[in-house]
Amino acid sequence: MSSRVRLWVFLVGAAGFAALFAAACFDLPAFGTVPHPYGARAVHAALSHHTANVIASVNFDLRAFDTLGEETILFSAVIGTVVLLRQARDEHRKDPEPATVHPPVRRFALLTLPFALLLGLYVIAHGQISPGGGFQGGVVTATALHLLYIAADYRALERVRPLTLYEIGEAAGEAAYVINGLAAVLAGSAFLANVLPFGTIATLSSGGTAMVLNAAVGLEVTSGIVVLLARFLDQAVEIEEPGEDDGSPRDTGDSGGNGDDEREPA
Amino acid sequence: MDTARLLPLVVAVPLLGAAVLVATGRRLPRLVSDIVGCAFAAATAAMALLVLFRAGHPGPGTYPVEWVGGWRRVGIVLVGDPLGAGLAALVSLLVVAVLVYSWRYFEEPPRRHTGSFPALVLVFQAGMCGFALTGDLFNAFVFFELMGAVAYALTGFRVEEPKPLQGALAFGVVNSLGAYVTLLGITLLYARTGELGFAQIGRRLDAEGPDGLVLAAFVLVTTGLLVKAAAVPFHFWLPDAHAVAPTPVCMLLSGVMVELGVYGVARVYWTVFSGPGGLSHPDFTRALLVLGVLTALLGAVMCWQQRHLKRLLAFSTVAHTGLFLIGVAVLTPEGMSGTALYVLGHAGVKAALFACAGVLLDRYATVDEHELFGRARELPAVGVLFALGGLGLCGLPPFGSGLGKAAAEEAAGHTAGWLPALYVLVSAVTGGAVLRAGLRIFAGVGRRPRDEEEGGPETTGEEEPETGGRLVRIPVPLLAVPAALLAASLALGVIPAVGSAVGRAGALFTDTGGYRRTVLDGHTAAAPAHLPPHWQLTGILLGLLSTALAITLATLAVRRPVHTGTAALLAPVRRLQSGHIGDYVAWLIAGTALLTVLTVPGVR
Amino acid sequence: MTVLPYLVAGWIFLIGVYGLVTSRDLIHAVGCLAVTQSSTYVLLLAVGYRNGGTAPVFADAPTDSRVVDPVVQALTLTDIVVGATVTALLLALVVQLRKRHGTVDPDALSELKG
Repeated sequence: MSSRVRLWVFLVGAAGFAALFAAACFDLPAFGTVPHPYGARAVHAALSHHTANVIASVNFDLRAFDTLGEETILFSAVIGTVVLLRQARDEHRKDPEPATVHPPVRRFALLTLPFALLLGLYVIAHGQISPGGGFQGGVVTATALHLLYIAADYRALERVRPLTLYEIGEAAGEAAYVINGLAAVLAGSAFLANVLPFGTIATLSSGGTAMVLNAAVGLEVTSGIVVLLARFLDQAVEIEEPGEDDGSPRDTGDSGGNGDDEREPA
Repeated sequence: MDTARLLPLVVAVPLLGAAVLVATGRRLPRLVSDIVGCAFAAATAAMALLVLFRAGHPGPGTYPVEWVGGWRRVGIVLVGDPLGAGLAALVSLLVVAVLVYSWRYFEEPPRRHTGSFPALVLVFQAGMCGFALTGDLFNAFVFFELMGAVAYALTGFRVEEPKPLQGALAFGVVNSLGAYVTLLGITLLYARTGELGFAQIGRRLDAEGPDGLVLAAFVLVTTGLLVKAAAVPFHFWLPDAHAVAPTPVCMLLSGVMVELGVYGVARVYWTVFSGPGGLSHPDFTRALLVLGVLTALLGAVMCWQQRHLKRLLAFSTVAHTGLFLIGVAVLTPEGMSGTALYVLGHAGVKAALFACAGVLLDRYATVDEHELFGRARELPAVGVLFALGGLGLCGLPPFGSGLGKAAAEEAAGHTAGWLPALYVLVSAVTGGAVLRAGLRIFAGVGRRPRDEEEGGPETTGEEEPETGGRLVRIPVPLLAVPAALLAASLALGVIPAVGSAVGRAGALFTDTGGYRRTVLDGHTAAAPAHLPPHWQLTGILLGLLSTALAITLATLAVRRPVHTGTAALLAPVRRLQSGHIGDYVAWLIAGTALLTVLTVPGVR
Repeated sequence: MTVLPYLVAGWIFLIGVYGLVTSRDLIHAVGCLAVTQSSTYVLLLAVGYRNGGTAPVFADAPTDSRVVDPVVQALTLTDIVVGATVTALLLALVVQLRKRHGTVDPDALSELKG
């Protein structure tokens, strides 16, 4: 279709969609007035399991099965990215260049790195009592590591980022979630049932298995995001496109612990 | 162990397998990771079959219902009704077949990541099984997205080639957009009812009358599912993605994933919207019937015109999905059970046909009907399998697809007398296209087609083989798997127990009150009165008729040159399939508006 | 106006789709897809809002205080994770597509037609 026709098809469709959606909006309960039965039941259920953060309780207890699916989407997106952004047959790698960094940038990044790391771990650990949790904290932790890329260069990042370990960590996080669910079945309960003691509300050890599942997700998200970013950074820094053949292929020595390269055999 | 306890495990076990493969993949040799993948898939299949047998034994009884985490009415419910459990079993068995087929298939998985292909397939399996079993609307969205995300990655698996990337991107963008439309609809339903379970939402809706909100929720939720089901005008992504995905992935995409979209439409309608507070039966029938007929016709027309073999098969999937939608649209237990059996039979046949196309691709580095003319005379076994697949696609008795088609067309005939003719026509044209390609490729019958008269845009079939080099000898799994799939499809039509089980499944599926009572109140649901699919004289005759028609069409096509007149007539239709993501998105929104127009009389 | 938050969601959705339809750059298109998805966040959170409600975290609030709906917030979190990961996958596809076709203009992609 020409871009004109395409636009017209869209405009007609959009008019229909807008009419439909607006009609629905005017039939919706007025903004901010109506409580939902499910929401009320969720609050009740969370408090009965001593989980102060009801959202964490919904995610890791009431609807933990949803979170299994959600975690798995991340898990499979990471495997998918590893597969899609692999080094193709006609590409090769070159060593990343050492980079010079402005001293103020370097100082700032090195100074913030430990705090960002700590903050990420804190957010993961306090998922069941305060806003946050495995997903949010995992992202903070993973990106904190990448401050090293800003502070120094890609080679420094590669040194603290043994990808093998992170890939195993990702799989371990996924497996831990499933095994936790299976353990409940072995204990005679339903899959993903909360079988641990609930502890005291608003303390670090409250929430029973919600806490464990939260930690598993934290591990998976941290590792998964590191692997995911590594794939994109590799594309930008290391992998040379076919035809862009000016450097010599990187030698096959296992340098820097970045043991995942699909290097061509020497 | 209680059967209900097994339901979440059908999802969990393949996920565990995927995690094991990713953690150990870099250490394991290829053979071991293939075996591990197959073992987890097979264990899942065994569990799904166990659920199915417990849920499917005849006589009064209930089907397993499991609240995950033990959160009755607060958490997520999984429902092992015979139809859902049957689909989970079909998914799992097909995954096993696909993993066996790809045993020695891919040239080389990404180096140091030998486990990633089977791991992705296992996650795909988990996503599809979860979607088939869930009784919760938001959970269905999560699994819908899960199977989507895995499928995009699997479609683009061969990154060295340009076509798969383009197909995967169109697939990803259109399906994600559809999923977000569905989520808007889910949110509207939550705003109205404050619930997320199918049964709970349905009960709450029935407490009030239908209005614009309910209509909008129906249209939006259904849009995403119809995108997955590739109904016109949401179908454009399908041929682009299915033609270029690795063959084992095509077997899964065309065999079950698209059909799960149809299943989702039927499931959501029957459990949520079929009561007095939802969308009235005539409105639903009208909307889905129009889309189904359009889909069937367009799919058949496009299928006939393809020379790229996998694209041809992809369009035949579009055509058959149209027939499935019609079977759902008639809203009777018989239509449902007939369609369910049709889906089962079609899955075996279609997967087998894709498997045969994969063999050709790996031996000749092309799946182009014109290029391959007569070249595959040396592969008589593949030729026989391919021809059998074509006949199965026509609905030749006693294939399971034939019995399903017969039952579905009879049920559809009660709604509109001309619908059986459409079933015959569409299965004849799609089956005929396959037979035509088979005659040319495996027998070299007729004149070699020339490419000069080419006027319109066209996708030809030259591609890189998926194995390391061109195959000289065909490995055993590449032949055994399609043979087994065809045998299974044949068995479905021959074993009478299958018919009665599917009949009961359709009756339970369409019993809205029974579903809600079983899920929410723990009552036992007995199957209402129903007529299971069985061979009848009309069905057999119509099956033979469409087969004869298909053979005639195929023979005429190879004997006589292409009618340039009809090709020119249909060129505008072909041009719609432009490969442009913007076009596809515009059609998606237009489709939402179309669905609105078709259902809007339902609001009082 | 009490319907405004809901209507905003519909508006965000449509401008995202408009961007997708008219996009001349696939990276931009993937961004537009993320915009359409944000409409679902807005709608979910708008639906769960309650006048005078606080966050559903009872760490230091009394257990009988009025809170906004926690379920939609959990659903939004799930939705965000889904969206981010799908975006990553699609961008990975675009990166490879750029290498194989040398372009990210959807008008220039013509491998699959008819």
